[in-house]
Amino acid sequence: MAQSAVPSAAQPRESAAEPRPVPLRLPVREVLPWAVFAVVLGAVLIYFVGAEQGATSLFGGTWVHEFTHDGRHLLGFPCH
Amino acid sequence: MMRSLLVRGMAVGLAAGALALLVAWLYGEPQVGHAIAFEEAKAHAAHEAHEAEVVSRTTQKTAGLITAMAVYGVALGGLFSIAFAFAYGRLGALGARATAGLVALAGFVAVELVPFLKYPATPPAVGNPGTIGSRTTLYFGMTLLGILATTAAVIVCRRLVPRLGVWNASIATGAGFAVVVAAVYRITPKPDAIPEHFPATVLWDFRIASLGVQAVLWATLGLAFGYLTERAFAKRRTATAPA
Repeated sequence: MAQSAVPSAAQPRESAAEPRPVPLRLPVREVLPWAVFAVVLGAVLIYFVGAEQGATSLFGGTWVHEFTHDGRHLLGFPCH
Repeated sequence: MMRSLLVRGMAVGLAAGALALLVAWLYGEPQVGHAIAFEEAKAHAAHEAHEAEVVSRTTQKTAGLITAMAVYGVALGGLFSIAFAFAYGRLGALGARATAGLVALAGFVAVELVPFLKYPATPPAVGNPGTIGSRTTLYFGMTLLGILATTAAVIVCRRLVPRLGVWNASIATGAGFAVVVAAVYRITPKPDAIPEHFPATVLWDFRIASLGVQAVLWATLGLAFGYLTERAFAKRRTATAPA
């Protein structure tokens, strides 16, 4: 990216980043285990906020449904 | 590297959830209140027994809503950081801020906009409890379609860029995405049950508030995550640059 001619002494942090390097890539091999774990955990968390004791129930009763009731409606999940 | 991105994603997700909570309180809760008042007036007119409260309204509005927003924000933030890790350095020469902004925009379209346009958020009293099973399936199915179609669009766009250039490749994939989503909208059922005399303004305001909650959540996630990551990368470069 072209940068305007600013006196380099004025902004040492900016000048250190110049010339702008090509962004590094994180190898897929390194990201994949985190990705699998995060997707599994994220899915479980979002399920409990958005759907438990609605169409499907893992626990009996309606407490989870009622407790997260307003969040479900406002986040856009089908509630009841 | 991945560790710091994930921690940052969850922290920013929590902050995004807090801002979304503010929007939910200011704009969403009044409409939820109107909808519940309508529901109770209807039940009263039909001489139905008052539903036993499992959780009080006050708890739903405070602890319940805070918990839901916090958990949702942290989960989304963590997933966002993973998506960012895959995207960074693979979308041309975009920096951290621009990559985070684009990932947030794509996430908002995939997870919120695509399902919302067909199955918008509904306030209490709207929706037939008998169809909750099919509505839940359709809603999550539409979310899945949004994620798959958006991922496919990004992959196709990257392949078209060398031949068409960034501008034309983006238009072509954007148009293709819209056609696919519109075709699915046309063939999926719409089990929307709005009770008679439900105030249209409450329904509209509730849906706009819900969209606003999600927009603030995703915008905060994308912008704050991008800003913090760009700053962290600049520090690393300064630290590792030869003196």
